[in-house]
Amino acid sequence: MSREVVILGEVRKGKIHSVTYELLAWGKDLSDKLKTRLSALILGYNLGDLEEVIYYGADKVYYLEHPRLDNFNPEVYAEVLVPFIKEIAPDIILAGATTTGRTIMPYLAGKLKAGLTADCTSLDIEEETGLLLQTRPAIGGNVLATIKTPSSKPQMATVRPKGKKPLERDTNRTGEIKIIKPSIDLNSRIERINFKPREEEVSLVDAEVVISGGKGLKDPRNISLLFDISKLIDSSAVGASRAIVDMGWIEYPHQVGLSGKTVNPKVYIAFGISGAVQHLAGMMNSESIIAINKDPEAPIFQVADLGIVGDALEILSTLKRKLEERKNNV
Amino acid sequence: MNIYVLVKQVPATDKVKIDESTGTMKREEVEAVINPLDLYAIETSLQIKEMYEGKTSITAISMGPPKAEEVLKEAISMGCDRGILLSDRAFAGADTWATSYTIGKLIKRLEPFSLIITGERATDGETGQVGPSLAGQLDLPIVTYTSRILEINDSYAILERETEEGTETLKMKLPGVISVTKAIGEPRLPTLKGKIKARNTKIEIFDLEKLGVTNEEVGLLGSLTRVVKVFYPKISRTGRRIKVKDPEEAVSYIIEFLQERGIL
Repeated sequence: MSREVVILGEVRKGKIHSVTYELLAWGKDLSDKLKTRLSALILGYNLGDLEEVIYYGADKVYYLEHPRLDNFNPEVYAEVLVPFIKEIAPDIILAGATTTGRTIMPYLAGKLKAGLTADCTSLDIEEETGLLLQTRPAIGGNVLATIKTPSSKPQMATVRPKGKKPLERDTNRTGEIKIIKPSIDLNSRIERINFKPREEEVSLVDAEVVISGGKGLKDPRNISLLFDISKLIDSSAVGASRAIVDMGWIEYPHQVGLSGKTVNPKVYIAFGISGAVQHLAGMMNSESIIAINKDPEAPIFQVADLGIVGDALEILSTLKRKLEERKNNV
Repeated sequence: MNIYVLVKQVPATDKVKIDESTGTMKREEVEAVINPLDLYAIETSLQIKEMYEGKTSITAISMGPPKAEEVLKEAISMGCDRGILLSDRAFAGADTWATSYTIGKLIKRLEPFSLIITGERATDGETGQVGPSLAGQLDLPIVTYTSRILEINDSYAILERETEEGTETLKMKLPGVISVTKAIGEPRLPTLKGKIKARNTKIEIFDLEKLGVTNEEVGLLGSLTRVVKVFYPKISRTGRRIKVKDPEEAVSYIIEFLQERGIL
């Protein structure tokens, strides 16, 4: 029996997207523990950089190439993937929790009668059984749950983008690239008739420093302070807790957490965020964390490298003043 | 045109209490509400009713304990015509596959339809998997993250879908499934007329027997995934926790921290 671990790569704008490399890092942990092969499934047309997938950790690349696989269409993807997955019968399939992954994975799972766990924050292998242990926040992000698929294959999971760093790119790594040209006769019921690209409004996931605010900022008018400080720190962006997004203090694209974005900047600064599991799920993999909260028992302090017990709003205004002074003195 | 809207009753998320001995939610102590994101699915169905030239009938469908009738009543008070509740002890503990399976079984027994509409996800489980899984199981086309309905008639819908890269315009043949985002527009409030209608409308209940399925197909037994354990995260860094006497002191720590990491 093949115990292959397969990741479903993602292609955007005709190029292999970085979430593919993150998935390889997730998959590598599992394939090492299972002592098995790590393969990447890539769907697309006219792609060039396939050896990159090997450099980032894949032992084997299945490249399914067809003009109709150029854009994501769940029906066309499923038409190709359902028979292919049945043929290679992998143990585990991972995909990113992106708009594509969160659509195709449950669509496939529905057709394959496969167990699927969404938005995992950690994955492991159960020693005795070799089964995939999938951990994710549950019950509105208040607790973590570990889930497994005991008796059906494949075991499928999606993981948050930016939840893990890609492995070191290694051009000495070798592997097999298998090009498959499927025939697609499907008369798809979904047709793309137009596409309007969007300018990235908040580069939150790529920022080196994330300055986040929560209810401790007391009033929606104080949110502007976060943006003022972000302007004073290079490569920084503004984040927010779900609470203040729900209250309408700040727009949804700034939301960090289970139902928002996952970030892993060099420094994450949380002003007046108590740290529900929901929020921690989106930022606890940051390289370093500063938390400012007036409640010394706030759970955010459990993940902080520097925890300051004090008034978030006062500290935020003082920080702004100090940074402005520094700037003027340069 | 028949439209089915899927709605779920969820705990008001901020107030959830967990029984630490069993790892389960103390449901009886928690206020239950309609999943806020499902209001956008209902809103979408009502927008379609206004756009579509012929007659439209909207049925809200839910699965849950008898108490979940409340969310169907709420859907009717907003303008839905009818409510169906899948309710049986045997349905309890269903994962997203078994939930989709059970709803699929129901839909196959109902009148033909043009569209099934779901919210983006439920605020308790946060998976967003039931819509696509149902589409996969019933072999229907699906458009997720729908932000706008541009056109709809008996044979197709033209929709906008939001992705990380931009906005797609898609033409989907009907019948099909869509999940919608908040961008679809603010959900309307229940009307007085709607509330009276909700009070007078009997919610139809489908149990195991009426649905014509066996115990093994649904609920926990029909699920492919199992929760192994539920726990509070024990994550801790060996960080310093400092109680500062004034904001100035706090800021000096923050600036020092940023300087050490080459940020400032």
